This record gives sequence, structure tokens and C-alpha cells, in this order.
Amino acid sequence: MLTDEEKSEIAEELAQAERREQACVEALLAVQKRRGWVSDENLAEIALLLGMTPAELDAVATFYSFVFRKPVGRHVITLCDSMVCWSLGLNPLYEHLKARMGITYGETTKDNRFTLLPASCMGACDRAPVMMIDNDLYGPVEPGAIEGILRKYT
Amino acid sequence: MFSVLSVKDMVTIYIDSKPYEVKPDQNLLQACLTLGFDLPYFCWHPAMHSVGACRQCAVKLFKDEKDTRGRIVMSCMTPVAEGMRLSVDDAEARSFRASVIEWLMLNHPHDCPVCDEGGECHLQDMTVMTGHVYRRKRFPKRTHRNQYLGPFVNHEMNRCIQCYRCVRFYRGIAGGRDLNVFSCHDNVYFGRHEDGALESEFSGNLVEVCPTGVFTDKTLKRHYTRKWDLQTAPSVCVHCGVGCNTIAGERYGSLRRILNRHHRDVNSYFLCDRGRFGYEFVNSEKRIRSATCLPFSASGGKPHGEESRKIGKQAAVDQITKILASAKGVIGIGSPRASLETNFLLRKLVGPENFFAGLSDTEHRLVARIVAILREGPARTPSLQDIRAADAVLVLGEDAPNTAPLLALAIRQSVRNKQFEIAAKMRLPAWDDNAVRNSGAGARSPLFVATPYATRIDDIALRAFRADPVGIARLGFAIAREIEPSAPELPLAADGTGQDIPALAREIAAFLKAAKHPVIVSGTGCLNEQVLAAAANISRALCLAGPSAQLSFVLPECNTLGSGLLGGRTLDEAFTRMQDGLADTVIIAENDLYRRAGRREVDAFFRKARHVIVLDHLRNPTVERAEIVLPAATFAESSGTLVSSEARAQRFFQVFLAEGDVQAGWEWFDDLQRSMGKQPPGSETRLDDVTALLGREFPLLAPASSAAPPASFRVAGQKIPRQSHRFSGRTAMTAGADVHEPKPADDADTALAYSMEGHEGAPPPALTPRYWSPGWNSVQALGKSPQETGEETNSGESGVRLIEPTGSAPGYIGPETIGSEDWEATVAPPRYRIFGSEELSMQAPAIAEMARRAEDIPRQATGGNASHE
Amino acid sequence: MERPLTKNIRPGQEPLSLVEYEQAGGYLALRKALTSMSPKDVQDAVKASGLRGRGGAGFPTGMKWSFVPLGEHAPKQKYFIVNADEMEPGTFKDRLLLEGDPNLLVEGVILAAYAIQADRAYIFLRQGYTLAAKRLRRAIAEAYAKNYLGKGILGTGYNLDLRLHTSAGRYICGEETALINALEGRRATPRAKPPFPQVSGLWGKPTVVNNVETVMNISPIIANGAEWFKSLSRSVDGGTKVYGVSGRVKRPGAWELPMGTTLRELIEERAGGMQEGFRLRGIIPGGASTDVLLPEHLDVKMDFDSVGKAGSRLGTGTAIVLDDHTCPVGFVHNLEQFFRRESCGWCTPCREGLAWIEQTLRAIESGAGEMSDLDMLAGQCRLLGPGNTFCALAPGAVEPLQSALKYFREDFVRHIKGKKCPWK
Ligand SMILES: Cc1cc2nc3c(=O)[nH]c(=O)nc-3n(C[C@H](O)[C@H](O)[C@H](O)COP(=O)(O)O)c2cc1C
Ligand code: SF4
Ligand code: FES
Repeated sequence: MLTDEEKSEIAEELAQAERREQACVEALLAVQKRRGWVSDENLAEIALLLGMTPAELDAVATFYSFVFRKPVGRHVITLCDSMVCWSLGLNPLYEHLKARMGITYGETTKDNRFTLLPASCMGACDRAPVMMIDNDLYGPVEPGAIEGILRKYT
Repeated sequence: MFSVLSVKDMVTIYIDSKPYEVKPDQNLLQACLTLGFDLPYFCWHPAMHSVGACRQCAVKLFKDEKDTRGRIVMSCMTPVAEGMRLSVDDAEARSFRASVIEWLMLNHPHDCPVCDEGGECHLQDMTVMTGHVYRRKRFPKRTHRNQYLGPFVNHEMNRCIQCYRCVRFYRGIAGGRDLNVFSCHDNVYFGRHEDGALESEFSGNLVEVCPTGVFTDKTLKRHYTRKWDLQTAPSVCVHCGVGCNTIAGERYGSLRRILNRHHRDVNSYFLCDRGRFGYEFVNSEKRIRSATCLPFSASGGKPHGEESRKIGKQAAVDQITKILASAKGVIGIGSPRASLETNFLLRKLVGPENFFAGLSDTEHRLVARIVAILREGPARTPSLQDIRAADAVLVLGEDAPNTAPLLALAIRQSVRNKQFEIAAKMRLPAWDDNAVRNSGAGARSPLFVATPYATRIDDIALRAFRADPVGIARLGFAIAREIEPSAPELPLAADGTGQDIPALAREIAAFLKAAKHPVIVSGTGCLNEQVLAAAANISRALCLAGPSAQLSFVLPECNTLGSGLLGGRTLDEAFTRMQDGLADTVIIAENDLYRRAGRREVDAFFRKARHVIVLDHLRNPTVERAEIVLPAATFAESSGTLVSSEARAQRFFQVFLAEGDVQAGWEWFDDLQRSMGKQPPGSETRLDDVTALLGREFPLLAPASSAAPPASFRVAGQKIPRQSHRFSGRTAMTAGADVHEPKPADDADTALAYSMEGHEGAPPPALTPRYWSPGWNSVQALGKSPQETGEETNSGESGVRLIEPTGSAPGYIGPETIGSEDWEATVAPPRYRIFGSEELSMQAPAIAEMARRAEDIPRQATGGNASHE
Repeated sequence: MERPLTKNIRPGQEPLSLVEYEQAGGYLALRKALTSMSPKDVQDAVKASGLRGRGGAGFPTGMKWSFVPLGEHAPKQKYFIVNADEMEPGTFKDRLLLEGDPNLLVEGVILAAYAIQADRAYIFLRQGYTLAAKRLRRAIAEAYAKNYLGKGILGTGYNLDLRLHTSAGRYICGEETALINALEGRRATPRAKPPFPQVSGLWGKPTVVNNVETVMNISPIIANGAEWFKSLSRSVDGGTKVYGVSGRVKRPGAWELPMGTTLRELIEERAGGMQEGFRLRGIIPGGASTDVLLPEHLDVKMDFDSVGKAGSRLGTGTAIVLDDHTCPVGFVHNLEQFFRRESCGWCTPCREGLAWIEQTLRAIESGAGEMSDLDMLAGQCRLLGPGNTFCALAPGAVEPLQSALKYFREDFVRHIKGKKCPWK
């Protein structure tokens, strides 16, 4: 069930939209912001608010990389795996994270603290290699600095 | 002032340096296909037009004569233009086309031998056509999970080549909202949001729309036969009054599937699921296969311990002859689901005085009214193509999606005309599908739906109005008066309901008047004559006010209008005749009277009858009351003529020879006539004779003879073969019984033959038993027959319209001229269901399953801003 | 040297508030335009400046605007959209501009919208640019508060609504017609052209889509005139350009410089040259979808024509350097992995071809390549060329590959023959 807060944020987006389905990405993100992901149940509810069918909304939702349709941990770590980051040390960074957390791309730690995902270029190539945790961008990231960064996210 | 306008209606284009004349509003792909070029394509579809996704239709386009390099363009996205030069044969274009196939095959499972589509697969055809044979990719193929999509359609996603046709049809044409495309890049997935039966009643078209084996016919799967091993014949759907053209296929005595048969004016490229999957009643366990006798059963049900006795054809005829000879009065009850010929010969057998049409009394009255309205005009009855071309539609009282699904689909297509109008203003070609949709941005031509219950086209209606039938009639009368003040008045209800009617009537009237091609749709669904009168008055008012309005009446069964035109007395009169002792014997043709009148009345009727003779396909409550039961051939085992709601007479053709005593109703009645000495012995009666005779007695029905070419029709001296030239196992099929191959049966009734031999080219549309053209084995071969490309068919040969308004213009129908029973119509009008309301299709397991589950299947969000994809 | 786009940017600090922006001369151009220029005048000024789009294709901005139907019979509803999707690998210039001076963008939007008489504008911002989003929201709110946006702007009869839309992440959203679909709340697959968005765009209404940097040039052009704009440049294409360099250079970053600055100046002076121990092997001059250039091209001027003559494209003007410690096959493989993942899945060549290319490059990189793969790859590059695919994503995707096959063929062969990556 969507919370009242979520519903009212969606209603606000709808009020600004020229047509209801225009607000669909915003609506999905409004829910994801609070829950980390969008479940089937939530998707169906959002769809109803937007006058869309679940299939119609999911067609849009699954198109985008950053609408999560599967559960994620409390924090989502995204590593930019595009070229500049790749050539400036993505792999050591990834290896370090893998070893440190025991998960690979697409997985969530057992304590549900972190989910690790690859992402396309984050538009911060001047700071490569970059890593994003939730909404915070880090770069250039040395493997040695990871521990300190992760500590901020519990 | 007179001047000669030189309208240049063709343009010249050069293909591989040769000049060709083509129509100017086409794209290059259409032009090439029409000219007979084998140009491969996937995402283009004649009803869905161009989107340029698959990139398969590439040709080389040159700037001018001097340009030798040229550039590759997608022919489906390029408008033809005078003097244009292109090459289909160009090496680079060829190799690009081969590469597109190579890409599409990278992940395709190559499972043709076990794939239902194998042998009639557009992807197979195009692969062969481009010459792609060698697999270079050495990496694993992508795989997907398949979904359960209900009892009609099977899903096998791995075969997908991402042409987007399925979603474009399902959403863009049929308005379904539970199938979509998910995900992105080389992982796009076409299906539902979760497993479950497809909600659209047009889902079966996915089978034909999909160019490969992703969506296949699940009912066919259970008795699978390859296209080439089916014995097929052109047919007409018997599951409602729309009269969609079909192709029916049989193997080993069972009917295996129904496909669409293109008819520009009727169903075009699509069928509804009732029509496509209802066919299995033909194979039902309830089929009556032999003439049976059940003495004494008529007067009081089945006597205890008495078993029915198979008596054989001749004995049955003899016995009935005896009964008829000694009867104190014989009446015949025909049926709106039996052919004209069957009804007519029954009428002949018992005499016109003793022939009863077999409609329910209400329907009888309504149909008579409809026939009068249509004949008198001034509004003409539109074909579905006319409805698709309408720019304003008013539905008055008819739940068309449930009672006439393809007509509802035509309405759905009509509301898109607004978009075409917008696109035309922007000079965008009508075939550029996404451009039309995007620039139209969901705009719709006006549709108004006034019905007792919510309908599945409410989502595209400008306004949906809910009222009981009388309320709907009031709205209708008010609209007519808004358009033309001399139209009669129907006062508003005394209790003050319907206050919204005047304003709504004004709005609707304004839209209808402003339209160039308004269509009014009504029908018998409300069981209310005033609703019909209202519809007639609106269309009359419109015609007087200017726009040439058309008026479509939805009739419930495949030959209801035929029954109406043949006339015949009402059922009530039949009951009275029996009660009054003026008759003691009844012959009932293909009709379950328990569906036509109340149980008590029918029971009383049967109790009074001394002899009950029933002819039908399937056991039903009426059959249970018969003393003698005659097995009647279904549409698949006989030929005959049906009159659709449009008043189009169309011929269905026997697909296969029935087993046992089964024969057409009209053949039974002919046998009886003969046996009673009413026909000269030795003579033979053929279908064409019956139709011709019918035409002599009913001049209005005379054109029915030309609904299809006669039995004597030949192409180059040859008949049209029901079996394909690849039909396999002919010599082995009956080897279990006899090693001698039997001589193929003759068919003296039609121009079709029960054999592989005959004319192989494209026959006239009315005689088309399958689509094929060299290299084109799938249904897409339709696009190769010249008369069918570019939306044009020689439709005159496929059915014939019987009623054009005389223009004698009798005036409006005043409320006072209508029987009073409708005034007090307080009972709730019936609710119809596409799966469930029709008798025969309910005997098809897949349809029955959907009917059972109708309640569990959620109809997802309607209203809102349905996106305009 | 004048830096009209970045003059207000104070690295490491908050951007100017609206008041500060006004004090720095902001919104004078808008005032001037609304009070003394017709929409046509604004268009003409931009046309005269020769401003070419900074989003990659370099289409003349004034000309693009002039395709929008104006006058009585034109549709009333029109749209102006800022393309701030910036997802091309190696490109980060728009982020710096958005974070650094959001007011300049907002003013540009109002001017541009006025020029085409749009009454609604959108900024389409990519996913992940949260700081830019925050700062844009503030600039928009401040502009509303001061009636630079909203009804009756500056007391004139002109109305404009501006909305920020944040995307959920897909490179294809940057393609202008895909962007329009995305903004309508649909899957972001591109649309066929014609019809061009200027005639039929958002909801079928006339729409102009311009890149962030393009839009930021409008206000300076209106304020200072076409001649001034041209004088900023060192080439035929007027104005400055925000160039960027990333990769193994000493000081990766982005700088506003005269249009036509050479690659050498960018890499050796601005970016400080290669890091110690690394040599330059190649340059991708304008974002991931441009052809590779070699060290011998260092003196090429970074303007539309010059880069084109050298066999590549200016693109976004943000260069990526390839160093000699990085495997060129791995480098292209990484690029194609990006493009494969970001293909929208609409047309066959891109959807299937890029996947095949990516798989093949992966095989070569891991030592499982075959010599015939090279021909196959070269063939795919030709097949995925312009016109063959539905939009420009795939043709862009094969640009770096085709030039890598040309310039680094030896490296590919070494992988295949040696059955392993020599860099590993
Ligand atoms: C695949 C693809 C991605 C694109 N991404 C962007 C982008 O992120 N930002 C952008 O401004 N233009 C992008 N473009 C170019 C736009 O389609 C469009 O040309 C541009 O926004 C026009 O702006 P301009 O005229 O100001 O350059 C992209 C084009 C393609 C084919
Ligand atoms: S080239 Fe085709 S599949 Fe690729 S992004 Fe463009 S439209 Fe989509
Ligand atoms: S048929 Fe032309 S691109 Fe698909």
C-alpha cells in the first residue's frame, strides 16, 4: 500500500503534468525514493493513480536503468563502468568491493546493507573512477578510501 | 464553367531502370509489393502501416539518373514521388537485407521442425528470400521465459524478432492494454505484465500478426496440423451477425482452425476470438452424427428405459415421409443460424403458410422493423469499411463489443480518423503510423455510446450515457429533433429522470451534423423497438440536414437478417397453431426453441405436438424433445448462404465431407421433398439451384446467387483445390482401412475440389481457400495477390449487398406507431457476453473456459488517459 | 579572453543567486528582448551569430528555430526543451554548466522560448545529476518569484511555464525525439523524421530541443550581438566552446575556450599533458560516439569542420585520451558494451548488431577471437552506418570501432594470434 505521503507526492506531480501518464517516471521515483524499489503491488497502485494499466507503467519502468523492479539493499552503490572510469581503475575498485562485501553486480549483501550495480557513464569523467552511493557521488575513488566511505552508510 | 481537369492520379517511378506506374499516396514498399517484387519486410503490415523498425525492406534510392552510388533507404518509410529511381536488386541493398535477417536469426531458436509456425512462417520465407543460410555467430543465444496467456494463444518468446507488430496491433488497433513491450536493448520482451489470460477479445489476431512463432493458436496445438496438410475452404463466421470472412481448415474429419480471410469491406485483416476459436463446436462430443429415432418422446420427454435408435438416412427419410403424409397439419420452424437455403427448403417443404421464422417474438418484431427501415432509407447500411471511415459515431443501445465484436473494432478504428485528419493537414502520409499517432497525440473523432451497461468502447467515447432502453430511446428522439425540428417528439419521463438528456442531445447532434460521414449504430440488443425508431429518425434527420448518414443495425445471429428477409410467421403463432390443434407435427431446423421462448410455453408446445422432427448439429434441449433427430452439417461440412447484418449475402463453402448421416439442412429437406414426390425423380438439386429458386420467389434475395462464383466457375478450366499442392499423406490417410486410395469426392455444389489438383494461382476472394504465392507461405502471401494489396479487393465477388435504400422516404417513425410493450420495458435488458452469449461457440472448450473465467479476469483500468500508442 | 558561459562560475562554491546574477548583468538580455525585440528579431540575432548546436550534431540554432510555424495559423501550443540528458561517455560539460550557473540556462530558456513563442518549456535532466537538479530548482523558483517566468513576464503579454523533468537513466533519452517520447511518459524510443519536432514534437505540437550549452549562449548573444559572438572564436564557427579532457592526463577537466582551440592546447596545456609514464595513443575528440584520432592529429582545431576533415566529429567537444597502458581492444569493447546496453531496442541493426559486436570484442579481448572476426566487425561498422538504422545511436556507436579497427589493427591481431590480451 502506498503511504499518504507517497500518494500526495504523486498527486503533486499529476497536478503539474499535462497528461496523467506524463508523471509516470516521477511517480515511480517518488515511491522508489522511499522504499528503494518499486514492487509489483506498488506498481499496480501507481498505475491506477495514473490511469494506466500495470503493463503500460511497467513498459516504461523497465525501460529505464534506475527504476528498480527488484528489491535492493538499504544503500545502492553504483559503479560507473563506462570508458573513462574503466580505463582509470574501475576494475581494481570493483574487485575490492566484491572482496569486501562478498557480492557481485546485481547482488545485495546478506545484511541487506548494500546493493552493487554497474551504471553507464555518470557524467563525471573528470573525476574518474567514480562511484555513487545513493545520491552521493565519489571520485576519483582509490580502493584504499572505500572503507572510509562505506562507513557513512549503515 | 467547364474545364477539363487533368488529375494525375498515378506517378511514374523507376525500379532497376524500368518505369512503373504507381499510386502516389503509397510508400515504396507497398508500391513494390503491388508490382509483384519480392521485397522482404517485417514491421510493416497492411493494416498497421510503416514504423521503420525492422530495417528489412531496404532498397537503394538514387538522386537522379546520374547518381550511381545511391543510398540505402527503408522502402516502407519512403513516399513514392514522380520520377523516383530505385533499385531492389542493387547488391548493397541485397546484402543489407541479408544482414538484417542474419541479425534477426542470431538469437532465433531455429526450431522450425517443432514450431507450429513452421511451413507458414514469414520469418522462414524472408530468410529464404534473402538467401541467408550460414550462421556466423558463435555465442550463446539469448533466452526468455514464456508466459501463460490463456486458452487461446501460446507464447514462445525465444522466437521473437522484435518487429513490434504484436503490441502495435494489440494496443494500437484493438485497444488492449494488458500486453506490452518491456525492458530495453537486446533484451526487449513482449508479453503481459504477469502471466494470465489476454484480456482483449481480439487476442487471436496475434497469431496472424506475429511473423514468426511467438504467438500461435493454442487450440490448433491440441490437434496440430501443418498448414499444408489442412484441407481448407473459404467460409463465413457463424458466431454473430457481422459475417466475417474466414478460412477453415480440416484434417482427418475434424476442424483444426480458423484463419482470417481478408475482406476489405467486412473484417479486413482481423477476427474476434469468438469467431476464431469458436469453431471447435464442430468437433464436439455433443455432435449428432446419425439419424436417430426416439418413439413417443415428443409427448412427455424421454420414456424411461427407452434408448434412441440409429435408423440410417433412408429410413429416417421414409419414416418422416410417412409421418408427414398422415399428419393433421405440419409446421416448419426455421432458424436465424441456418442458411438461407436450409430455411427456404424447409419453407418449401411445409408451405409458406406453415413456415415460422424461428426468431423469438420480440426479435421477430424488431427484425421486421429493421428490414423496413433499411429498405425505405434514406440512410444506407454501412459496411465495416464505411464504419472505419466514419468521422462521428453514435451507438444507440447496442453493446457492440459483445454482440458484434468486429463492428466494435471498426468503431475503434474510426475514432482514429481525427488523427489522420490532423496528419493530413500537416502533410504527413497516412501510412507513417507513428507520425500519425504522435502528431494526433491521442485526438479522437467523436464517439458517443448510449447503452444500458458499460461497454468496452467507453474508453474511446467522448461521452458514455447510461440509461434503460426507454431512456436511450428518449435520448435518440431528442437528438433527431435537435438535428431536424420536424422529427417526432418523445416526451421526457414524468418522474423527472433523464434531465441530462436535452443538453447531451444538443451536443451529440452538433457533432453528428458537423461530420461528413456520420454513422449511427443500433440493434436488437436492447430488445426495444423505440430504440430502433430513434436510430432511424436520427439518421433520417441527418440525411435531410445534409450529411449522408449511415445506419447500422446489429443483429444477433449469422443469418438473422436472412430470416427477416425470408419472412415467415412468428413463434407465438406457431405455438397457437399447435395449441389450437391446427397442426400436430413440427419440423425444426437448427434451432433450440428453449433459447427463443419461455420454458413453459415451449414445453406446452412439445406436449401438444404428436410428431417432433428436429434437425441440428448438437444435442440441445429441443433435440431432447424430438421423435426423429436428423444430423445437420455445420458450416464446415456444408455450403450455403448467410445474410449479415449489413445485408450482405455471403457464401460459406464445405470444408470437408461429414461422416455418418450428416448432411446440409437443405439437402435433408430436398430428400424429403423428393420422397414426398414433390420433385421430379432422377433430377438432382444443387446448391446453386436452390439459391436461384429462392431468388425467383424472393426478388430481394435474387442477388444472393452472385454472392460467390457458381459451381460451374473454373479458372483455366480448373476447379479450386481445397488441398494444397503440398498436401501430404494423401495416399496413406486411409490406408488403415483400405490400401486403395479412394477417388476424391466430387463436389457438384461448388467450384472447389476435394483434391490437390486444380488452379494454383490466386482465385477470386470468395473462393480463396488459403493464401499462397511462390516464396510466400505465410498469411502474408495475401499481400502478394494484386487485388489485395493497397487495401483494395475486388469485393464485388465476395458477397453481395442485398439492400440499398429505395429512397421512397416514408418519413419519421412516430412514437405512437410502436407497439406499447416497449413503453413499459421495465425489465432489465439482457447483458451480452462475447464468450457465453452465443450458443455454438460455447461448445468450444477454449471459449467455454473464457466464459467461465469472465468473472475472474480483471478488466484493468479504463478511462483515464489511455495512451495513444 | 571572454568566457560568457563560465564567467559566473566560482569553482567549489554555490552558484550565483538570482540577485547576484542580476548584479552580474543577468536578465538584461531578457529585458531587452521582451521590451524591444520581436520573436523574429531574437531568431535573427541568433541566426546572425552563426551559433551551432552544442549537443553533438552542430545544427545551426537560429535555423532550427525558424522551422517552427509562427503567426496566426500556427498551433497555439508550442514547446521549448533543454536537452540536459548528457549521458555520452566522456562528456560532463553540461553538468559543470548546470551546477555552475543555472540562472544563465533559465534566462536562455526564456529567450529561446520567446523566440519560438512557446508557452511551456522543459529541462530534461539526466538521472544522477542531483546537485544540478537542486540548483536548477532554486533558479527556476527564483525566476518565478521575480516574474521572469509565469504569467505576463516583465509586464509584457508573454507567458511561460518552465518545468524540470528528471529522467530515470537511459542514454537514448538524449536523442531529441526519444527525449520527447520520454517526456510524454512513454518508452524513450526515437521517432522517425520527418516530421521534425519543430513541426510535430511534444504531443504533436511544434517543439525545439536544444542542448544546455547551446541555450546558455543565447543570453550573451542577445546582450552583445552577433559580431561580438563571432569574434570570440578562432574559427568560422562563432563563440566559445566548453571543451573537456578526460583519461590519463594530469588535470582532467573542462574549460571554456575559443571555438577552434587545438587538441594540442587542450591536452598539453589545459589538461597538463599525459600523466608520468603514459604516452598518448589516441584521442576520441567529442564523446564516445566519435571516431578515434591519433597523436598526429593534435594540431587539429576543435571546430565542426576541422574535426570533420580529420576524419572524426567535434561531437560534444569533450575529448577522451587513450594511453599506451590501456588495451585499445578493451577500450573499444568497453565503449560498445555501453552502446549495446543503451540501445533502445527498436531497430534491428542496433539492437542485434551492437550485441554481436560487443560479444565479439569481448571474445577477442579474452583471447577467443578469430581472424574472421575482424572482417565481421568491419562489416558491421558499415552496416550500422547512417540511414541504415532508425536513429543516430548506432552509427555513432560504430564510429570509434571503425577507426580503432583501422588504427589499432595490430593490437586486434595480437589478441587473436596470441589468444590473450597482451595488456593482461
Ligand atoms: C543517441 C543520441 C544521444 C544524444 N544525447 C544527447 C545529449 O545527451 N544531449 C544533447 O544535448 N544532445 C544529445 N543528442 C543530440 C540531440 O538529438 C539533439 O541533436 C540535440 O539535443 C540538439 O541540440 P543542439 O541543436 O542544441 O545541439 C543525442 C543524439 C543521439 C543520437
Ligand atoms: S539505432 Fe535503432 S535501436 Fe538503436 S537507439 Fe536508434 S532506434 Fe533504437
Ligand atoms: S518493413 Fe520497412 S523497416 Fe520494417
